[in-house]
Amino acid sequence: MVALALRILQAIPALAQSVPFLSALGPVYFHLFLVGWVTQLIFGVVFWMFPKFSMERPRRSENLGWVTFWFLTTGLVIRVIAEPMNSLEPGSTWGWLLVLSALLQWLAGMGFVINSWVRVKAK
Amino acid sequence: MPILSAFFIRTSLIYLALGFTFGALMLANKGVPFGSSIWGLLGSHIEFLMIGWIIQLALGVAYWILPRFSRGPSRGNELLPWLSYVVMNAGIWMDILSPLFREIPWLPALGKTTQTVAGVLFLVHAWPRVRPLGK
Repeated sequence: MVALALRILQAIPALAQSVPFLSALGPVYFHLFLVGWVTQLIFGVVFWMFPKFSMERPRRSENLGWVTFWFLTTGLVIRVIAEPMNSLEPGSTWGWLLVLSALLQWLAGMGFVINSWVRVKAK
Repeated sequence: MPILSAFFIRTSLIYLALGFTFGALMLANKGVPFGSSIWGLLGSHIEFLMIGWIIQLALGVAYWILPRFSRGPSRGNELLPWLSYVVMNAGIWMDILSPLFREIPWLPALGKTTQTVAGVLFLVHAWPRVRPLGK
């Protein structure tokens, strides 16, 4: 919903031109849609429905699942704020926040791969 | 899950790891620049995540959970989706590696065509499995 709302705001020429922050939100829109919605939806459904790891630990590591969720969400939120701010003020603290965002999202992706890999089992 | 689905899905997880790694490098580089050549990863980032991860995961899950046949092989013709898997990955790598082979200018188009062929192969396999309950 946030991604779609952002798209509406960007499509209003007068608004996009008068608010520089909005015009810098192009990559943010794509990633809100593809990471915030598509990827999170896939991660959630895979965590829920893939074959059980074992009877004792059906989802392998619930903790790693939660870490994946919070790292992905936090990393994306930081990006939503820091990416347009960094384009308006390059070379500031916003740049380091983008590095943090990249690290959090990367760790989330690796956490998901590690937790899901062993649940992909051929019968 | 069938072994082909495991192939599709595990391969998609590898692409997810690669795609996220390239994306993280580009995002970090946007914040604190450390190499202009990093932007050359953009095409691979998109290809790995859109085709390698999302599409292959969808194909693997579809092959696994679409309705099965009561007569004959339960998932129908297995050759087509196996071909689809091989052709899809060949297409991805043709596209990804095309910047290294600039003397072959038609390689990106061939890669994308190959991916489309892979999609058609899977479509032909899956079409009869998509049906209402009881049919």
